[in-house]
Amino acid sequence: MISIESLHFAYPQDGFNLQIPVFSVPAGQKLAVIGPSGSGKTTLLNLIAGIYTPDSGAIQVADKAVHELDDAGRRDFRITRIGFVFQDFELLDYLTVLDNILHPYRITRALQLTPEVRRRARELAQQMGIGDKLQRHAGDLSQGEKQRAAICRALLPQPALILADEATGNLDPENKAHILDLLFEAVDRHHATLLAVTHDHELLPRFDRVVDFRAFRAAGSA
Amino acid sequence: MIDSFYIAWKYLVFNKARSATLVACITLIAVLPLALEIILDESEHQLVERAAKTPLVIGARGSALDLVMNSLYFTNEVPELIAMAAADEILATELAAAVPLYVRFHARGFPIVGTTLDYFDFRRLQLSAGHLFASLGDCVIGASVAEQLGLKPGDSLVSSPETVFDLAGVYPLKMKITGVLAPAHSADDRAVLVDIKTAWVIEGLVHGHEDVTRTTDSSVIMERNESNVTANAKLMQYREITEASIDSFHFHGNMAAYPLTAVIALPVDNKSGALLRGRYLGENTAYQIVPPAAVIDSLMTNIFRIRNVLDAVILVVGLATVLALVLVFALSLRLRQREIDTISRIGCSRSTIVRLLAAELMLIVWMSAVVCTVLLWLVQVNSGSLVRTLILNH
Repeated sequence: MISIESLHFAYPQDGFNLQIPVFSVPAGQKLAVIGPSGSGKTTLLNLIAGIYTPDSGAIQVADKAVHELDDAGRRDFRITRIGFVFQDFELLDYLTVLDNILHPYRITRALQLTPEVRRRARELAQQMGIGDKLQRHAGDLSQGEKQRAAICRALLPQPALILADEATGNLDPENKAHILDLLFEAVDRHHATLLAVTHDHELLPRFDRVVDFRAFRAAGSA
Repeated sequence: MIDSFYIAWKYLVFNKARSATLVACITLIAVLPLALEIILDESEHQLVERAAKTPLVIGARGSALDLVMNSLYFTNEVPELIAMAAADEILATELAAAVPLYVRFHARGFPIVGTTLDYFDFRRLQLSAGHLFASLGDCVIGASVAEQLGLKPGDSLVSSPETVFDLAGVYPLKMKITGVLAPAHSADDRAVLVDIKTAWVIEGLVHGHEDVTRTTDSSVIMERNESNVTANAKLMQYREITEASIDSFHFHGNMAAYPLTAVIALPVDNKSGALLRGRYLGENTAYQIVPPAAVIDSLMTNIFRIRNVLDAVILVVGLATVLALVLVFALSLRLRQREIDTISRIGCSRSTIVRLLAAELMLIVWMSAVVCTVLLWLVQVNSGSLVRTLILNH
């Protein structure tokens, strides 16, 4: 699913330097990436999603060579093929839960907002346990409900790859486990691949594979 | 499909106070100069039209503007008074007809215009109900007076005392409404028209009281002899002219010396008008004769000068408001940087973000335009009465 070769990316201003000789994630795998802050975990997600462009090297996601895409191509690829779950949910307070879930469909021509999409959005929200909160504003939700809404937004376009950047970081232990359950269920249901950055070591046994970014960088491959 | 307007609308509705403030600012800055334009145009129209239809006004020397404004638009500034003899003098010249005016008193906020029946012909005033005044104490009210006070022929209207604390001053007179004028869209709509003698009754120059020769109350009589009876202030004065009391109303002194605020002169022809003006040009006459059109023209010139200054002030204030709005918008962009980053990370293009923000701005401008249009429509529809109330002050 993901294949990275000879990747180099640097932030010249603060001396950050990320080098990944070889890295791959098979389709359908649930992979956890751990490591200290500043080790490049989030940068890796942003590179895979095409938010950042590598200085050199190749990033292949399914059949797409992300590093070869132009700006518009990377945006279309990101919005149609990748579901991004952010640590701080990143919901828009002025929109209702339903509007937040449908938001990607309203900001690009790459996705078509059809009645079928609306039906799926409601169904997904129902599965995530926020079916009765669809008309409430995002700001009125609890932390757990916000993260569920954010996961619904990421999953609605049925992405092949889900990138979760500390998706459970702001939640209490009970909610963490529950949100992870929901995320895993959704990933299995859509036969997607999950790459999750996390600091929660107690959740790691539930992943198919764990990559420690320190070891990864020291070893040069994973 | 990109629902820029949908998302923008949701943002504006969620941030109601901010949106309403922006709409109010833009609306105000757009409405003020335009409304001012409408009101000034209407005031120009009203002032010029009525002035053009009034050939000459004769009054006491002093402010020509006060004289014209009081005589044509019944404003509260009362010019120096002249005597009824002035009207007689004009008639005696045979150069013009004379319509006396005594515009000094009010009834429930509306000016009482003492004049003669010739005034109705001169202004081509039509009645919508009732008939013209026929006797002392009768009045004909303008369309707006009737509408605002809910009065009709047969009702009565009491004149306002000139000053509450002046015991010797003007006492209220209960007047009988005999007719209501059809709307004339002029100052006459807000006037209470009475015979000039009724105006003098209000002034106290013509009065009625119980017959001192027949009174049974001896405490009223101060002195009685064969030829004269002197009564004291206890004598009952009539404040309503009825069939029973009308005969007791009488004039004291020479009616030619009774006061007027002005006389409208209606020259037989242009030449007569020029001759009449010539008679009052000399320094030794106590009167001035003014063509209202020239006075109003001079007033309009001053108004336009003020208007230019006002336009400049509005322009500067508008510019400051626009800059403040730009600042508000720029600050709100900084506050929303995280939201912009989020939608950018989801996959939104820079041009779509610009489109979203532009949609917000367009909706704000659109809402302002709607409010602006409604307000300007209201100003336009009510411009006549606004001008009469705000500018002509009656």
